[in-house]
Amino acid sequence: MPANADRAHRLSGLLADNAGTLLQRWVQLAGAELQGRLTVAELERDLRELLDTLLPVAGRQAADVRTGADFTELNTVLTELSRRRARQNLTPTETASSVFALKQAVFELTEQDDDPALFRELITFSSLLDSLGLLTFEAYTRAREEVINEQEVQLLELTTPVVKIWEGVLAVPLVGTLDSGRTQVVMEKLLQSLVDTGSEHAIIDITGVLAVDTQVAQHLLKTVVAARLMGAECTISGIRPQIAQTIVALGIEFGDITTKATLADALRHALRSDGLSVVRRDQVGA
Amino acid sequence: MNHAVRETQQMDIRIDSDVVRVRQVVRECAQRVKLSLVDQTKLVTAASELARNTLLHGGGGHATIELVHDGRRSGVKATFRDEGPGIPDIALALVDGWTSGSGLGLGLSGSRRLVDEFDLASQPGKGTNVTVVKWAR
Ligand SMILES: Nc1ncnc2c1ncn2[C@@H]1O[C@H](COP(=O)(O)OP(=O)(O)OP(=O)(O)O)[C@@H](O)[C@H]1O
Ligand SMILES: [Mg+2]
Repeated sequence: MPANADRAHRLSGLLADNAGTLLQRWVQLAGAELQGRLTVAELERDLRELLDTLLPVAGRQAADVRTGADFTELNTVLTELSRRRARQNLTPTETASSVFALKQAVFELTEQDDDPALFRELITFSSLLDSLGLLTFEAYTRAREEVINEQEVQLLELTTPVVKIWEGVLAVPLVGTLDSGRTQVVMEKLLQSLVDTGSEHAIIDITGVLAVDTQVAQHLLKTVVAARLMGAECTISGIRPQIAQTIVALGIEFGDITTKATLADALRHALRSDGLSVVRRDQVGA
Repeated sequence: MNHAVRETQQMDIRIDSDVVRVRQVVRECAQRVKLSLVDQTKLVTAASELARNTLLHGGGGHATIELVHDGRRSGVKATFRDEGPGIPDIALALVDGWTSGSGLGLGLSGSRRLVDEFDLASQPGKGTNVTVVKWAR
């Protein structure tokens, strides 16, 4: 930065001149921390990329890390690296210690030198690396959150079964707390299953649902309309008293959507509209 | 709405799953003050609407869930606040079916009907604060 712009930044020069040895030593130190959880080739590729983007800004202050325009590339590289580590299931500590390992490598490189200017530069560089280490922590956490969210969605796909309960009749029982994402997944899956199986009836059973708010209602309404456009009839069953009262107080109108008290009623309704009826054997022909 | 507060929980509302968490905490509190099943569902639904408004319209904010007592009865008080764009016309926002987006426009007006006390304060450019209370009967 301006403070030593008039003077060559000795450390930067030193690092650039010894980039090859520095990288080798860095890979060695970082590799020791990771205890074989990454291949040397993999680690070397990652650290080389990091070193290449770090060298041009090695003389800068830690405070610039977040705001400096010339840190954009380094930030991107570091964020990407942290995400990869998060997905490889490494811990945040392991991830950050790869960055900190560079300190040791740089100290070794400058050990023999007793130039006080270089020493000051080293201290600045060291806090720069600290900031970068913190950045990896943040990026790592964000990436983990993303992984968890993805897993939630995948889990949803698994835990919301669309079942065929009769020839041409699909049912999806909704259970628990519905958030927007979850409702959407279920609804999309139901519509897709209607296409895949050529069914003409769908029953959404909400007996197990704790609350229906405007968002869930809107998803339900949209699904019913979409199913209709596809030539299928969609019935909502299992609206419990407390849910019914809440829906009414909220002011949501289900319009001409067919609702039934229970899943069994809804199935009977679907069968009837297909011209089928369930009768006791001893009443047949009576 | 000055009621004796027995317990307070603060929560951030930043992402979709925070709305679900708010709902869960409100339900727990509603059960603890022994709200009827219908009233539990009404309060949870109102909290869900307001938390989602905080997230969608207010750009995120905070919720405070409190167990309160007014000398006679216990209740749950929920406050939602954000530093978002605010509501320019409160009367309009409370009209059934009015929405600035693509919702049903029933969240605000509907939740007012779902609770016993409803207080909405908003200033354009400053943010919005909605407080609701539901009492155990
Ligand atoms: N916290 C807030 N900050 C800013 N504007 C808000 C806030 N809460 C509500 N509004 C405004 O009030 C309008 C009505 O809110 P309301 O919750 O009734 O409907 P909605 O959110 O648009 O749809 P939904 O029926 O899905 O809730 C919103 O469209 C929005 O313009
Ligand atoms: Mg709303």
